[in-house]
Amino acid sequence: MIRRLALAVAVAAGLAGPSAYAVEPAERLADPALEARARALSQELRCLVCQNQSIDESNADLAHDLRVLLRQRLAAGDTDRQVLDYVVARYGVFVLLDPPFAPATYILWLTPPALVLGAGTLLVLRARRRRPDPELPALSEEERDRAALLLGERG
Amino acid sequence: MLIEIGHFALVLALLVALVQGTVPLVGASVRSRPLMDLGRSAALLQFGLVALAFAVFMHAHIVSDFSVRNVFENSNTAKPMLYKVTGVWGSHEGSMMLWVLMLTLFGGLVAAIGRSLPDTLRARTLAIQGLLGFGTLAFIIGTSNPFDRLFPIPADGRDLNPLLQDPGLAFHPPFLYFGYVGFSITYSFAIAALIEGRVGAAWARWVRPWALTAWCGLTIGIAMGSWWAYYVLGWGGWWYWDPVENASFMPWLLGTALLHSAAVVEKRETLQRWTVLLAILTFGMSLIGTFLVRSGVLTSVHSFAVDPTRGVFILVLIALVIGGGLVLYALRAPGLETGNPFAPVSREGALVLNNLLLCAGMATVFLGTFYPLFAEVWNGVKLSVGPQFFDATFVPILAPGIIAMVIGPVLAWRRGNLRAALRRLAPAGIGALIAPVIVFAVDRAAPPAALAGIALAVWAMLGVVTDLADRSGMAKQPLGSAWRRLRHLPRGTWGYAIAHFGVGVLIAGVTVSTAWRSERIETLHPGDSIEIAGRTLRLVRVTEGDVANYHTQRAQIVVERPGSAAMTLYPERRWYPVARSQTTNTAIATNGFGDLYLALGDPDGQGGWVLRAYYNPLVPWIWFGAILAALGGLVSLSDRRLRLRLPAARGSLAVTSAGSADN
Repeated sequence: MIRRLALAVAVAAGLAGPSAYAVEPAERLADPALEARARALSQELRCLVCQNQSIDESNADLAHDLRVLLRQRLAAGDTDRQVLDYVVARYGVFVLLDPPFAPATYILWLTPPALVLGAGTLLVLRARRRRPDPELPALSEEERDRAALLLGERG
Repeated sequence: MLIEIGHFALVLALLVALVQGTVPLVGASVRSRPLMDLGRSAALLQFGLVALAFAVFMHAHIVSDFSVRNVFENSNTAKPMLYKVTGVWGSHEGSMMLWVLMLTLFGGLVAAIGRSLPDTLRARTLAIQGLLGFGTLAFIIGTSNPFDRLFPIPADGRDLNPLLQDPGLAFHPPFLYFGYVGFSITYSFAIAALIEGRVGAAWARWVRPWALTAWCGLTIGIAMGSWWAYYVLGWGGWWYWDPVENASFMPWLLGTALLHSAAVVEKRETLQRWTVLLAILTFGMSLIGTFLVRSGVLTSVHSFAVDPTRGVFILVLIALVIGGGLVLYALRAPGLETGNPFAPVSREGALVLNNLLLCAGMATVFLGTFYPLFAEVWNGVKLSVGPQFFDATFVPILAPGIIAMVIGPVLAWRRGNLRAALRRLAPAGIGALIAPVIVFAVDRAAPPAALAGIALAVWAMLGVVTDLADRSGMAKQPLGSAWRRLRHLPRGTWGYAIAHFGVGVLIAGVTVSTAWRSERIETLHPGDSIEIAGRTLRLVRVTEGDVANYHTQRAQIVVERPGSAAMTLYPERRWYPVARSQTTNTAIATNGFGDLYLALGDPDGQGGWVLRAYYNPLVPWIWFGAILAALGGLVSLSDRRLRLRLPAARGSLAVTSAGSADN
């Protein structure tokens, strides 16, 4: 992530980090299905000693250890959920890149849909308020009476 | 001596900014011409002084003057010349210098070419720009002095972060800052308009070119940053929802909304208040982005607490700029003209919808970026908000915007007919339905999100083509006259078409490269080969050597593909001893439709090397799309109608928009 930091404004000078990349061939599991699950899981786990990197992307020692650990759990027959719980129990929710829907993240997850709904409602209300077309001249008293009469007769 | 001149110029610029920020304001309120005109001279002088200081600072880097602390900390005699120059903006102090250079550049430009502006509006705009300059210069001189000296003078410097020693860095920050800071001028225009108490078509016409200019710069800057990350990071990603990326993406989103709503003000004299608010918030986001990156709050709340001087200074600046702007807005906005009404289904309506979605998207990015910070400060919970959150929220919010983006330009102003518009867009709609079906037929494992992405991309691209064909009257006229009509469409129309087409290209690139990338990570010994995406990669050898300020390990890899000539790629690793860090230099072979991407990993100690090979289909389209979008902006900018001088509307509101007939 240090590289990324450098990226956007290029100026995170002074923060030098390890060159970062990903899973090593030696770590991989023989079973492709299991390995695919391991890859998916490791993209959801944060490398704790890095800045904003998943353990899938980092070559920090800790990330390596976690990758090996979660593969051991998978090989032992854990479900994805169990593996994540296992890691969270040791490192806290901070390790989850995909924040779970929990009291601490209600605001986080509910605000975006609320924003869209709120904005949508506002639009609809505004449209209702503006419905009358100002370019059509307003009806005169007499015309209105006639219209009422006509409508009344039909209805 | 030279250094002192630079330092002195910077202090002088601060004083000039103070004059620029006050005298013309007084002048405008008492209608004194000389006082108002002072704003122009001051803006030009301020730019000149900052440019002088910048030049001196750059010179110190070029000649490696290690008596300057910043040069010592970020340069080295062995560093190649290109990076001595670009290293100028590779540090905190240097990037702030670039920031203020752009700020004063925009002020200077308005002073130099803004002749058609009414005197009072120009004076007030330049005054606000002057105040912004004052704040930034005070920040630089007070907390981040680039001319700080060292004694005794060190023999050599600590070298620049090697990741920044890359040609990409040479151009990414200047473009980014040009855009980022360019929105300062739309902010100044907005504040000036609030002081004046009127916002009309004329105002929008003056503001729109500046907003477009800044937006183009920001678009290119972000695209370059993403491309740089792509080839530097070594695993083929191009966007990470990283706070630093979000810092530049948030003003981009608001700037895009601003661009469109300013067009509505110009053409239809409606949405005035909303546009002014957007102008304030867009620059506010630029400042917040700066805060995010510059204060150290990113690393953690604690690193911010250790040395809060800079962060607190920027926070105060943000509070003044956004808070002051919003207070003025609250006081003055109710007095602004109310806009012309329009039906919900109309071009205005579509633009309002897109504005709202862009703003909701921006708010989501903002929330995701700052939430970990809030949560930690609020109740001490340390949590992470990763790409998964942004993918799950931002993408669905913006997707309807893409649908509307195609329909909007086909609708009439004021009151449109949705059914007729959809009928006109039928070819695009059919294409958008067929394309995913074809893709699904070819790849049954295609994820639904990817199919939706393809439908959107085709809809956006074909939508533009359909609209252009329609505007040319191709169906009813001989091809020759249709072609002539097409050529004579206003530049603004072409600008929209190119930019919106670019968005479609970008979506295609994002979708396809995400869903269909392939990856091989293997340990290879010289002579070994692997297969990826129908290509055979053979490691010939890895050579080592010392070059300039680094040690290199360079792999020679022969790529063979049945039916085409073999080629050789050289992925490389570099070790920078002075900075003590390692970089990857990837090797990328592209044909415009896909990239073969190679990165060299660690040696295994037994003569083998880890090679990471990726095939990223359509990934170049991401940047093509962004370039098209920026190009569309430039084409719009060249529209004569944007540069037409309007009869100066002093003291009257009689200015109506002229070219509202088309687009």
